[in-house]
Amino acid sequence: MEITTHDLWTVVHGMGFGALFMLAFSGAIAELYHLSTGNVPAQQSPRDRTLLNLYLIAMVVLAWLTVFSGEYIVYPWYRAVPPAGTTDLSLFPRRLLLSSGKTSEWHNVGMEWKEHVSWLAPIAMTMVAYVTMKYGRAITRPRHMRTAVLGFTVAAFVATGVAGAFGAFLNKYAPVRGGSTIVLMEGE
Amino acid sequence: MSLSQSNEIPNGSGGAAILAAGIGCAAMGIFAFAGDASDSINKALNFYKPSGALSGVTTLAIIVWLVAWFALDRLWRGTAVAMVRINVWSFVLLAVGLLLTFPPFMDLLQGK
Repeated sequence: MEITTHDLWTVVHGMGFGALFMLAFSGAIAELYHLSTGNVPAQQSPRDRTLLNLYLIAMVVLAWLTVFSGEYIVYPWYRAVPPAGTTDLSLFPRRLLLSSGKTSEWHNVGMEWKEHVSWLAPIAMTMVAYVTMKYGRAITRPRHMRTAVLGFTVAAFVATGVAGAFGAFLNKYAPVRGGSTIVLMEGE
Repeated sequence: MSLSQSNEIPNGSGGAAILAAGIGCAAMGIFAFAGDASDSINKALNFYKPSGALSGVTTLAIIVWLVAWFALDRLWRGTAVAMVRINVWSFVLLAVGLLLTFPPFMDLLQGK
């Protein structure tokens, strides 16, 4: 069982940081909605509040790790330029997609959208975490603060969904390959 | 934007963070669009060659977001601000960010 360093980093970026971040949204949205409906006791227990804060901090860390690892580790491999005369473009995903009209829009729409919209998520979630940690249940007083918190959380979820979905499709049509090989296990 | 209509709590710091997030999202879209529309801007945004113009787009947008957050927080900290107006502007700016990062919308604006 082997994996290349480029494959491993793509997995860490997408399935490690990105997917974990995406999965965390269900809990965050439910908890923030619960908090903002005013159905929680007036005084949240310190333990509950600490848990929510840690949860949101973990989401913020995952969000930033996802976009930074994507832009500065995986993306340079994706957009690598092949040497002149290269006919096998399998190690140059961007060029591979652009080489055919049947796949070019995966780059022109999919990658171009994903690479920019994904950055809205960490900005939005940093704000959501900060406001929730600073005000707690008081985001319902006035209720408009909770509107912003929930609205930006949903926007971050949508942005992450777009980035994640296109990431999966792009990895199917033009996976990032290459790098040195890491042997994980040897078969008999 | 300080006023007393929504003064149940001093929400200035929250308002600053919310509006700054909107500004950061809009900045992301505006820089992305500028880099797509102009070759010279695209080259200028190439801060880190392996990542191309994306490095400049994201770096500048983060700087705009953090500077806006810092400035607004200094301005509004400890005060009560009108959250309705801040929300409206924040969601408008968020929509600008979402639209300007969508390639078909970028192309539409450029008449492609």
